[in-house]
Amino acid sequence: MPGVDVRLVDVVKRFGETLAVDHVNLEVQDGEFFSLLGPSGCGKTTTLRMIGGFEEPTSGLIELQGQDVTWLPPYKRNVNTVFQNYALFPHLTVYENVAFGLKRRGGLKDGEIKSRVGEMLKLVELPGFDKRKPNQISGGQAQRVALARALINRPAVLLLDEPLGALDLKLRKQMQVELKRIQQEVGITFIYVTHDQEEAMTMSDRIAVMNRGSYEQLGDPESLYERPTTRFVAGFLGVSNLLPGTADGTAGAYAVIRLADNTRVRVPAALVNGNHNVEVGIRPEKIRLANPDSAASPETNQMRGVIKDASYIGVSTQYIVESRGGSQLTVYEQNVERATRAELWAPGEEVALSWTPEHTFVIKDTTPHDADN
Amino acid sequence: MSGAAIAVAAPSRRGWRQRLTGATPYLLLAPGLLWLVVFFIWPTIQMFLMSLSSGSLDDGFKLTWSIDAYQTAFGKFPKQMGNSLLYGGLATIFDFLIGFPVAYTVAFRGGRYKNLLLFLVIAPFFTSFLIRTISWKTLLGDEGPVLGFLKHALGVVPADFTVIGTPIAVVAGLTYNFLPFMILPLYVALEKIDPRLIEAANDLYANRWAAFRRVTFPLALPGVFAGSILTFIPALGDYVNATLLGNPQTQMIGNVIQGRFLVQNDYPVAAALSFILMAAILIAVTIYARLLGTEQLTG
Repeated sequence: MPGVDVRLVDVVKRFGETLAVDHVNLEVQDGEFFSLLGPSGCGKTTTLRMIGGFEEPTSGLIELQGQDVTWLPPYKRNVNTVFQNYALFPHLTVYENVAFGLKRRGGLKDGEIKSRVGEMLKLVELPGFDKRKPNQISGGQAQRVALARALINRPAVLLLDEPLGALDLKLRKQMQVELKRIQQEVGITFIYVTHDQEEAMTMSDRIAVMNRGSYEQLGDPESLYERPTTRFVAGFLGVSNLLPGTADGTAGAYAVIRLADNTRVRVPAALVNGNHNVEVGIRPEKIRLANPDSAASPETNQMRGVIKDASYIGVSTQYIVESRGGSQLTVYEQNVERATRAELWAPGEEVALSWTPEHTFVIKDTTPHDADN
Repeated sequence: MSGAAIAVAAPSRRGWRQRLTGATPYLLLAPGLLWLVVFFIWPTIQMFLMSLSSGSLDDGFKLTWSIDAYQTAFGKFPKQMGNSLLYGGLATIFDFLIGFPVAYTVAFRGGRYKNLLLFLVIAPFFTSFLIRTISWKTLLGDEGPVLGFLKHALGVVPADFTVIGTPIAVVAGLTYNFLPFMILPLYVALEKIDPRLIEAANDLYANRWAAFRRVTFPLALPGVFAGSILTFIPALGDYVNATLLGNPQTQMIGNVIQGRFLVQNDYPVAAALSFILMAAILIAVTIYARLLGTEQLTG
């Protein structure tokens, strides 16, 4: 049973009038790949910087492996950081950059430092780069050096602040796979800050989705995607169709929700949890489109609508469908059965939408918009 | 139709433009080069020829390829040469010791007062160099605000203590006059340092002092180099501070050159002294660059 590596208790950070981090409570498990995901200004980087010791919290407690480190300076914490834009020392060689931490901490013979640097450069696939200066290597290589420079110290936790942000898309995808490999190889806890939901989903064991200084939902990528509980999470991770409705009894293991156009849909009862006004959510790729005359399975949730727009994007086709209640739904259909453009649904055609109740999620938060209903 | 016309016209026009584009760097350099040729290279050659001439202002100087002037220059003024190196060197060191903390504070802690602080650094330039040096005479005078206070109010200094006319006054004047030339390059070098590099050093177990020694200072070296050269070279050749704040014993090489040129009209020796000074500066700068590590500077 892995222990808790990093614990944040009621951490608050104010910059003057602005509340950057608002009472965050977090527990990151030992050996976990944990991501803080959110838009810019959501407080994710400030949270990371407080764990690293670069900012002091206004109030709250930060524990590292059970030890209170809230007021310790960065050089006294067993934590290392991979900075955004790498922050490699431009006057030092790759070797000296990677050896920097070991030399400062002391207690190691030159020979051992040398063999550990060699080992580390091999791990990040940069053997033989020892003598280069940071301005003589590419962005991707600089990224690896920054990683090696941090990992060589065998910290309890590695903090990564949007480390792939400066790389182009192809290199970024490659580095995502590699980061995950390295993390599994060294078994160190990673706390990863990003605004890229796909990046977070690809690598993380768990993700905290942050908004306005605190996280709205915390969980593994699958549960965040399949069962978002707030409007923000539903919209930030992928695309969601949200339909307002009210609870209207139960049907077996399902709760029944009556939507604005009086359509009744079923959702897993546990998700409703006694709320009356809710929003029902459904991901665009989970909706099937069919001819309205064809018989649909009674197990599914169903709606009628009219195609408003169809955009062919190769692997799939994106439809905008307007329901009879007036809400617009986005639907993705893989181009398998209807593979040519002539076979696609055309704007103006009437369709039946269906999806299984298990794919339906429920937004519980009541934003002002919901309160109006 | 129009396509054909363009096809015909394009090659010649492109050729002309290409030639102009190729010449652009030279055209941009031309005014500066011309200026240097007329006002630096030509006088330098003339000066060099003068240092190998003999004669007097009344009879005219003739190029005799004689090295008498160099022998005189080397033989007669070792004290002034030594004073120049000593005072110039001390002023440079003091400027560094005073200037680095100032530049560091403005660069890293200046915040929104950065520009105001920099303005204050260069504010003395709005007054004449001579007037500022003369005012130091008053400042350091026997009954001036500094000594007067120390003598009468605090009584920590004997009544006959004097600063004006001593090397202390000359070095103080030089230090004061060239301080901005040290601060500005240091500021530029320090300001360029990404604060995240210092955070990275802290992250890698370097405390504040280690981060300064291993990261901040090495990255500021180009500024240290530029600042000390901009201070040392003019301080070495200066004669105003020694004239106004010193005595005959504190004369610097600049005083000798000035005297030979303008008072004694001994042009060959004055020219030879100027060349020796130039050579000394070049050698000193080369050694200095080696010591600091040119790799670090260009790195």
